[in-house]
Amino acid sequence: MSNTKEIIARNVFFLSAIASAVMILAILVLMIALGIPLFKAGNFLAIWTGPWAPHKGLYGIWPMISGTLWIALLATALCMPLSLGASFVITSLGGPRLRRMLGTMVRFMTGIPTVIYGFVGIFLLVPLVREGIGGPGMCVLTAGMVLAILISPTMILFVTDSLLAVDLSYVQAAKALGANRVQRLLYVMVPRATGGMAAGIILALGRALGDTLIALMLAGNAIQAPRALLEPARTLTAHVALVKAADFDSLEFRSIFACGIVLYLFATTATVAVRVMLRKREVPT
Amino acid sequence: MQEVLEKLAVFLSWTMTLVLCLCLSIFLIYLLIKGLPSFGAELIFGKAEPLKVLLGQARVFDGIFPAMVGTFFLVLLSAVLALPVGVCSGIYLAEYASPVMKKLFGSLFDILAGIPSIVIGLFGFSLSIFLHNHFSDRFGPCLLISALSLAVLVIPYIVRSTQMSLEELPSDIRRTALALGATRLQNIAYVLIPNALSGISSGLFLAIGRCAEDTAVILLTGVVATAGVPSSLLSQYEALPFYIYYISSQYSNPAELSNGYGACLVLLGICSVLFMFAYGLKKHLSYRTLYRV
Repeated sequence: MSNTKEIIARNVFFLSAIASAVMILAILVLMIALGIPLFKAGNFLAIWTGPWAPHKGLYGIWPMISGTLWIALLATALCMPLSLGASFVITSLGGPRLRRMLGTMVRFMTGIPTVIYGFVGIFLLVPLVREGIGGPGMCVLTAGMVLAILISPTMILFVTDSLLAVDLSYVQAAKALGANRVQRLLYVMVPRATGGMAAGIILALGRALGDTLIALMLAGNAIQAPRALLEPARTLTAHVALVKAADFDSLEFRSIFACGIVLYLFATTATVAVRVMLRKREVPT
Repeated sequence: MQEVLEKLAVFLSWTMTLVLCLCLSIFLIYLLIKGLPSFGAELIFGKAEPLKVLLGQARVFDGIFPAMVGTFFLVLLSAVLALPVGVCSGIYLAEYASPVMKKLFGSLFDILAGIPSIVIGLFGFSLSIFLHNHFSDRFGPCLLISALSLAVLVIPYIVRSTQMSLEELPSDIRRTALALGATRLQNIAYVLIPNALSGISSGLFLAIGRCAEDTAVILLTGVVATAGVPSSLLSQYEALPFYIYYISSQYSNPAELSNGYGACLVLLGICSVLFMFAYGLKKHLSYRTLYRV
């Protein structure tokens, strides 16, 4: 009696795990299946690298890929000094009370909804950029700046954790040799935590690539590959969000599945990279 | 030379920390200055009478009440869908899976956790088209499809928090009941799960917070600007984050804009409370749930 119960329970647990895992593959398969008309319609390569010119029947998503890369890389580049600086203060430089306060602040930041960053960005930052620096205001730079703040808690939490995971005996040995706080941080902790720090940066980049609302609200959404920071751009995510489902069979509509596939691949690459880097960290040195 | 470098590193670290704090303060102060004046019963209920609205006798046209109700149902439904599947998967991974299976499923859930929410929204959207074309015209983007998609979005959080809080239980807790003759299932149900409850609930709070704040998924799966209080699972609905997004591009007068700021404050309040609650329960586990450290 209780044996059957055990077996049933075991199978229920197993099936739930299978069901959740199948979702991940189902998402990819469904997008490829729905994108097939687009892939068959024209030059396969042109979908990814060609221009977007609906009047000529060209539905290349290169402008969106390029917009995504510009905005996400800019955000990561802006976020890196901020996050590394804050992590250094949280792990070594600050006093105990300051560390706790900063820690609480970063945790609070993880809970701020994306759409609110976008809302404040539109009414506070866009006019500032437009009048202070020039251009239309809604551009790569504005979106990149807000996105940098959005992804900073990810990077800070990750980097802080990898710095604190460094074996205490190394840090204490350095202390015994007379190294001060800064020296212990720079010459002992940072070199031993590079894998984890790099993983944190990749993870933050992954979040920046996948974010929808900031770019949708702040980047202007013009379909063109940006060539400067003050030009508007459209990301893959914003393109998916903006296409109106007026005609399910049009190639224009099908292009959102190509965007979905690229986003899926970007995200999966980032995830795999993070896993590989963390595995390296676990190897005892 | 090295000393200069060290001083520079310290100086830069402090400057950068200061910049980050300044950005956050400006953001919050701006939001408070703009949002607080509109804060009050009128923000939520508009010109309708609060009591009548709550009893379902009056409709709200110029307040955020329908959006709040929509978000509430959405979150509730997603949690109901995601919790059993997530917890069961977590139990399987922690207690039953072989090391190879653990690794395999672990990577799959990591991938799922990293997929952008708009892609999951696209999945839900495609699903609704599929159901519409192959089953019934009554299917379309709706509350149920949104909740399903959101459940997919947050399942990895629940799986991970369940798995990790079970795995970190010390072996004396793990073995006592077994030694007394309990079966594996009894041990899980009566000993392990109750002991892991705070970790599992911290994962649940994170999941609920994510559901409440996510805009990209619902954007594609049935949220609309005016729908009133949702009447069924298959109807379209309003939600707070979408309301904020909609106001930012479509506001027609200062009063609406000021309502937008008010809605921002409400949503920020809800989400930060949920997240801080999760961190309060199990700080380190929540980090790992969110960012797989």
